[in-house]
Parts: sequence; structure tokens; C-alpha cells
Amino acid sequence: MALLSLEKVVGGYGGAPILNGVDIAIERSDIGVIVGPNGAGKSTTLKAIFGLLKVTGGAILFEGEEIANSLPDKLVPRGLSFVPQEKNVFTSLSVEENLEMGAFTRRDDFRPTRDWVYSMFPVLAEKRRQAAGELSGGQRQMVAMGRALMSQPKLLMLDEPSAGLSPRYVIEIFEQIVKVNAEGVGILMVEQNARQALAFATRGFVLAGGQNRFTGTGPELIADPEVAKSFLGG
Amino acid sequence: MKRSLLLFAGLFVLVILVGLATGAPFTSRLLVEAAAYALIALGLNIQWGYGGLFNFGILGFIMVGGFATMFVSYPVNAAFWGSDGPMMLGRALLAFGAGALLVIGARRLDRFGITGKLRTTAIVLAWIFAYILYRSQIDPAAAYIESTAGFVGGLGLHPVLGWAFGGVLAAGVAYIIGKICLGLRTDYLAIATIGIAEIIRALIKNMEWLTRGTLTVTPIPWPTPLPQQLQTMGFDPSSSFVWARLGFFALVLIVLVLVLVLLHRAYGGPWGRMMRAIRDNHIAAGSMGKDVTGRQLEIFVLGSVLMGIGGAMLVSFTQILDPNSYQPINHTFLVWVMLIVGGAGNNLGAVFGAVLIWIVWVMSDSVSQGLFTIVSNWTEAIGWGAIPDITTRSVQMRVFVLGLVITIALRYAPRGLLPEVIRRER
Amino acid sequence: MNELIFFFNNVIVSGAVLGCVYALGAVGITLIFGILRFAHFAHGDMMTMGGFITFVLAGLVTAAGIAFPLPTGFVVLPVAMVLAALIALGLDKAFYAPLRLRGAKPVTLLIASIGVTLMIQGLIRLIFGTGTYTFFAEEPKRLIRIDTEWLGATRPIAMTEPHVLLFIVTLVSVVALHYFLTRSRLGKAMRAMADNPDLAQVSGINTQLVVRVTWLIAGSLACAAGTMLALDVTLKPDLAFNIVLPIFAAAIVGGLGHAYGAIAGGFLLGFAETLSVFNWTVLLRPISGIFPEWVSLPGNLSIVPTEYKLSVAFVILVITLLVRPTGIFKGASS
Ligand SMILES: Nc1ncnc2c1ncn2[C@@H]1O[C@H](COP(=O)(O)OP(=O)(O)O)[C@@H](O)[C@H]1O
Ligand SMILES: [Mg+2]
Repeated sequence: MALLSLEKVVGGYGGAPILNGVDIAIERSDIGVIVGPNGAGKSTTLKAIFGLLKVTGGAILFEGEEIANSLPDKLVPRGLSFVPQEKNVFTSLSVEENLEMGAFTRRDDFRPTRDWVYSMFPVLAEKRRQAAGELSGGQRQMVAMGRALMSQPKLLMLDEPSAGLSPRYVIEIFEQIVKVNAEGVGILMVEQNARQALAFATRGFVLAGGQNRFTGTGPELIADPEVAKSFLGG
Repeated sequence: MKRSLLLFAGLFVLVILVGLATGAPFTSRLLVEAAAYALIALGLNIQWGYGGLFNFGILGFIMVGGFATMFVSYPVNAAFWGSDGPMMLGRALLAFGAGALLVIGARRLDRFGITGKLRTTAIVLAWIFAYILYRSQIDPAAAYIESTAGFVGGLGLHPVLGWAFGGVLAAGVAYIIGKICLGLRTDYLAIATIGIAEIIRALIKNMEWLTRGTLTVTPIPWPTPLPQQLQTMGFDPSSSFVWARLGFFALVLIVLVLVLVLLHRAYGGPWGRMMRAIRDNHIAAGSMGKDVTGRQLEIFVLGSVLMGIGGAMLVSFTQILDPNSYQPINHTFLVWVMLIVGGAGNNLGAVFGAVLIWIVWVMSDSVSQGLFTIVSNWTEAIGWGAIPDITTRSVQMRVFVLGLVITIALRYAPRGLLPEVIRRER
Repeated sequence: MNELIFFFNNVIVSGAVLGCVYALGAVGITLIFGILRFAHFAHGDMMTMGGFITFVLAGLVTAAGIAFPLPTGFVVLPVAMVLAALIALGLDKAFYAPLRLRGAKPVTLLIASIGVTLMIQGLIRLIFGTGTYTFFAEEPKRLIRIDTEWLGATRPIAMTEPHVLLFIVTLVSVVALHYFLTRSRLGKAMRAMADNPDLAQVSGINTQLVVRVTWLIAGSLACAAGTMLALDVTLKPDLAFNIVLPIFAAAIVGGLGHAYGAIAGGFLLGFAETLSVFNWTVLLRPISGIFPEWVSLPGNLSIVPTEYKLSVAFVILVITLLVRPTGIFKGASS
């Protein structure tokens, strides 16, 4: 049984559906990467999983249970976390407070998790008292990821974590994502840097027009001439 | 259309019922005031319904209109014009002008290459100097006039001219406020306008040399024959009140209908289309090259003109300018309730809401007095004793009723009883 | 020296008193704005209502024959604050929550708050009439005098007991609020939600709970402000309706949504009002010797006439809105 599986999911923002049957399956050991052209519905897919928009058809199963249209305050305790693409830190809160907010749903002692996050992103430990709004783009992305990890998720969803970062930081963020995955957290992410991301993806999904076009391991998709031609820029 | 016919028929029946219950003199007064408020509600409808501009300072414009009609129509005060007052006021006016020029000059310093902190300092200094200059002239003038002639008095012109001047003065005030505030976000605009209205209120209340302040000015003449004049023409006292008020009502009604017709035509035409485009989509309208701020200023001024005229009519009708009688509840929030209940964006809705809410507002007093008396008789009968101060308490009932009406309307009929007719446009 | 004492009593003390009341009210307005994003106009009447709740409780306690060394109104304040907080919660449930659920715009909530203000005011007047009440019908309002002979003055520093209690209540509230916002999980969640409501939801923060806590805090602080104001002056149905605008001004000057800004804004406006109507001749007269012959001090040298005291707040408000609508402290801290 997959950790998360989407079966023929249909949904949208109230008007015509944006998603017209999306299929996704992710194991806890996986790094899943969704690629596709602008407006394909990649972000919408993540939001649909996280209950931020109305799902009108299909099924979303998390550990075998239906979670479609559940709200975040129910999903986070079950082990699902989400890092939105933009505005993904509390700018006026300190780094440490940002992390604490990620642990809001937890009742137990979260300090070990915090130390674990600091060990993963040492630069955050240095800036723990600083307001998150004062950090650089790459550091903010780490704060956002750290915040999402504080709930000890089984699956971490990231929307374009590398957007707007300099190439050096892109590599660093990807390395950290792989590291997080190695610690036992499943990853499902949307990426524009498709080739780079697919290179380490254990599962790749090519989305267009709200539907899956191709599915396979990352390297398989890169190798597929048709995918390469239409979606990876030749 | 059918809905509005039905609602207006119902309103007509309600007025008849009120007439039967309270008598013709009371009802004729109610109609005049309701019509004046309808004009004010139309003004708000232009601003909020057409333009999406949140005006919480209606009170200020109503007061400005009231002052204007007093100033124009009240008899000339010979004691003032024969004294040194006019000369001293002239000097104060000169000081005001000089101060204004100074401030404008300071603001333009950037044209001479003086910018940044230096210019800001210059502007602040100019304001301070202008203020001191003006105060140095106006304070003695005010004290002199108040001690010799009492106040400036009026111009002794026809009250209808006073109404017109009410519109003009309100337009002037609205232009200044609009220039300052219209760029603000909706909730900030609400607070800014309410703040400015309070400043206007404080001014009118305290500029005794001009408005007699809390001493009040009365009797302010009517544009139509007064009951007393009708009585000299042979009417008996009770019918003289009814006919005189109906005469006044006819005049107000003419203005109201005229405004309605003009608005209806303007709203159906290109002007109205543009207004709606701006309201519904600020940014798109702006990027299509429309002068959004200019149009908004236009709409704000236009709506305020109607408020000024309505306020002028109210003062003419009651014959007294009493700054203490102006309260945000009666003169700002009441109008908002009228518009929300009637239907923002719909002129007929605004008129309907104004008349309906005015009736509710006026009648809830006597209705609750009746209710109180019943309850009081009952508590007395069972030995709890009567409810004290029934009269003063039941006056307050209407404030509660007003609040209840608007919260219910927002919850169950957020677009009003006569909602805006959405026109399909490209 | 006496003149300085006069200045202290008339400007510093009354400015601080006004500032405390403004600050306590403005904190509630700013928190509600930060979390619910609308201008809560009914806040003034929530203050008045708080004053009346305390008044009724104090009346009950006095009627029971219990007396305290402190003003009874002050002693029962904590109970009144709890009641007021619960009423605030109820008002939200009854009038604002349904509109939010419908996805109404902030303006609609603003208009609804006008409805609530009218209902509260109507009810208060219905029950208590339009008269004026005092907390000190049965007990004396004590005056606290500090002798100033050691300063070489004959005039004492004087303030009433309610003034001192107001300072204490404000100080305790501000410190408690500070600890709540910076140390507690819910307080931090509140700041987080004011900062970025979408992300707060995504993080799994219980936004409903935060909304409820916001009303509880705002309601109880409004009750404290209303009661302390009524202890200082008198209790009447339009007690706070007339100062809700200066309070809004304080919240805006401090930057809507920023609790510390609201406190600073409250004191700023309180002092601005008292300073601008103060007759500076009083301070200048003793040193009139240093002016040249031709300068004669006018009898009244105040920046604005006393009648315009409240207008000072509005002028500052309008200037702030025009020059820095985000508040004068934005950037310094957020
Ligand atoms: N909040 C929204 N409301 C309505 N439509 C939206 C919203 N967000 C995105 N869309 C639409 O949904 C489609 C898919 O968007 P999105 O999922 O963001 O694409 P992408 O694959 O680039 O992330 C687009 O056509 C976009 O216009
Ligand atoms: Mg996207």
C-alpha cells in the first residue's frame, strides 16, 4: 500500500475543474517530482491534497484512508506537511518561532525535532533569534522546510523549492531534500528545474492540462525522447 | 421591476397606516424628513454603490449643508456689518490666504532643486507659520464679533439658494477631503472620513462668530409658506401645519425626483458604465487608461453635494441650526442602514431604504413606549412595581432596533431589499 | 518649581491617564484587525459595556455589605473582565462568525460592527437610561499627594487613587500581553496568523482557536479600559463611543496589527492631546525676565483651544494616514 495515492482526482477553484484525473502514488522511501508546463495544475495538485481547494472527484488516500477535502489542521497531525511556493515563512517571527509554529499540532516535547532540524540546516541554528524576513532567499527556503519538518511528517510536499534561487543554492536545497528523504521522510515536490530534479527522483510525473502524461522513475523520463522533446526543452 | 413595484406599494400602505395612527401633521413632517434623507441616501449610493467609496463622514457634509442654508437665508445682522467685524475678518482671510500660499510655495520647493529632508522641514515650518499667522488674526476677530454683534448673521437670501449653496460648500469640502483621502484603503478611508467629519463638527460647534455654536441659530426661514403665514390667510391652526408641510414636501420631492431622473440617465450611459468598471476592477480600469482617481473624486464630490443639499433641507425645515443635535448615529450610521437595507447600487433601493428606515426610526420610539407601558402595567399588577422613566428609555429603543435591522440585513439580505441590477456588459 | 509641579499634574499625569485608556483600547482593536482583518467599530461600546458590567458587580458586592480598602469597582474588575471576554466571544459567534463563514469582505464586517455598536448602546441606554453614574457614591475617591518640599515647591504632586490603579492595570496588562505574545504557544500563533494567515493554516495552526483567544483578550482589555475610565471620570452610556475614534487613531498611528505600536500610539496621542491644550504661559511666566521688553506674554498660550482637544487626535490620525499609512513605527520593529 502506497503512503499517498491519488486516483483520478478532479478538482478546481469553483469554476471549471483544473485537475481532470490526476494519478500519483508515493512511498515513504520515494522522492516524487512533478514537472510540466506553466499552468498545468502542478501547484493545484499539491493544494488539492492539502485540502486547500475543493476535490470533486476521484480519491486521495493517505496510508489507505480517504483524506480528500480534509483541512490542514487534521492532515498535519497525520503526517503530511506542505511548503507553499511563495510567502512560506512568517517574516516577523524569529527563525526559532517559525519552527515552533510548525510544531503547533504537537503536544509532546518537540525540542529533539528542533535540534534535528538545526543539525540538518546548521545556518538556521546560527540565526535562530533573527526575524525570518531578514534572511536570504535560500535561508528562507530552509526555514520553510524546517517549519514543515517540525511536525515529523511522513510525507513532505514542496512547491518549487528552488524557485528564484541562485544555481549554487538550487544544488544545496536539492542536496538537503535528498538528505531529508534519507532520514525517512517521503518527498513529493513540484519543480521547474525539471532535468536537475528528475535526476534524483525515484518517481516522476509529467503533468499537462490537469492530467498525467507520463509516469516513471526520474531517469526513465529523462531518457524518454518524447518527454525530453515536449517537456524538458529538447 | 415587479419586486420594486410591490415593495413601494407596501411602503405606501405603511405610510398610510402610520398616517392613520399618528395623524396628518406628524406624518407630513415624517414625509419631509424622509425625503431629505432619501436625497442623502442617494448621495451615499453614488459614493458607495456606484463608486465603492466608503464615506463614514456623512455627518460632516450634512452639517456643512445645514450651515450653508443658515448662512444664506438667515436675515442680515446689521450690527455686524456696521462694526469693525468685516474688516477684521477680511484681515483674517488675507492671513489665511497668505498662509496657504506659503504652504503651497514650500511644497513646490522641489522645483528649485530643494528636496528631501530640507523640503519636508520647510513644509512643516510653513504650516506652523501659517497657523500662527491665521490664529493671530482670527482670534481677536472672533472675540470682537462674539462680544459686539454676536455672530456674522446671514445674507437674507432665498432658502432655495441656501440649499444650492449647501451643495456647493459640500462639494468644496468633499473636493479637499477626496484629494487627501481617496487613495486610502477602504477601512482607512472609513476612519479618515469619520475623523474629518468630527473635525468639521468641532469647528461648526466652536466657531461661534460664524455659527453661534451651541447657542443655536433660529428661526431659519422656509422656502415655502410657514404654517403661521397660512393661518393669517385663513387656515385653521391644525390644517395649516399639514398644508405648510405638504408645500415644503412638494419642493423637496421635486428636487428628489429631478435628481433621480438625472442619475438614472447618467447611470445607464457611458459615465455609469465607466464608474462600475472602476468599482469592480480598479486595476484593469486603470490600465485601460481611465483616470481612476479623477473619476473617484468626481463621484465623491457628486455624492457629497446631495448630502449637503439634504442637510440644508433638514435645517430649513426644522428652522434651527443646533450643532449639538448632530450625532454620528443619527446622521452617518442611520444613512448607512438605509442604503444597506434598501440595496447599495440601486437608486430606487436607496430611496426605499431611506423612507422605510426613517419610519422605523421614528416609530420605534412610540411602539416601544407602548410595549413598555404594557409590560410596566403587568409588572405593576403582579407587584414588581412599574418600570421607571419609560419615556426616556423608549427613545433609546430605536438605537437598538437600528443595530438589529442592519445586522439582520447583512446576514440574510446582504445585497438589500432592492439589489443592484447587474447589467451585462462587454 | 510650583509651575513645574502644575505642569506635571496637568500634563504628565493626565496625558498618561489618557494614554493608558487609549492603549488598552487600541491593543484590542489592533489585535482584532491583525487576526480578522477588519476595523472593529464596536470596540468603544465594548469598553462602555465593560464599565457597566463592573458597575453592576460592584453594586452587588456593596449591597452584600462587603467593603474593601480599595475601590470596589477595582476589586471586582477581574470578574467583570471574564464576563466581558465571554460576551465578546458571544458577539463574534452571533454576528461576525456567520459573515466570515460566508466569505464576506472586511467592509461588510466593519458595517456589521456598526450594527453591534448600535445594539450595545441601545441596550445599555434601555437598561440604565441616559444618566451618569459614579463608582464613588458609597465610598470616597481618595487623593494621593506627594509632598514636594524637598524640591523647593509648595504645591504637592497630586493624583487620584483611580489614576494610580489605572497605571498599575495598564502596566500589568502590557507586561502580561508581552509575555503571552512572545512566550506562549498561542501567543506566537497569534502573531503568526497576523503575519501570514494562509501559512498559519497550512502549518496546522488551529485558526478558530486563535480567533477565540483574540476576542477573549480584546474583550477583557476593553472591559479594563472602560472600567478604569469610568473610575476616573463617571460612567455614562456614551463613555467610550466618543473616544473610539482617538483609539482607532492610536491603533493606526502605531500601525494596525502591531500590539506594541498600539500601546505607543495610545500614549503618543494621550500626551499630544494634553500638551496641545496646555497653557504654556504658565511655564513661561516665571522666566519672563529673559524676554525682551516688547514681548508680553499672552494670557493663554495653548497650541489649540481646549474645545479642539479631541480634534488633535483626528488631525494626527489624518496626517499619519497620509504620510505613513502603515504606522509610524513600521520598520523599527514588527
Ligand atoms: N486561486 C486560484 N483561483 C482560480 N484559478 C486558479 C487559482 N490558482 C491557479 N489557478 C488556475 O489553475 C491553473 C493551474 O494553476 P497552477 O496549478 O498554479 O499551475 P502550475 O502547474 O504552474 O503550478 C491555471 O490555469 C491557473 O490560472
Ligand atoms: Mg505553480
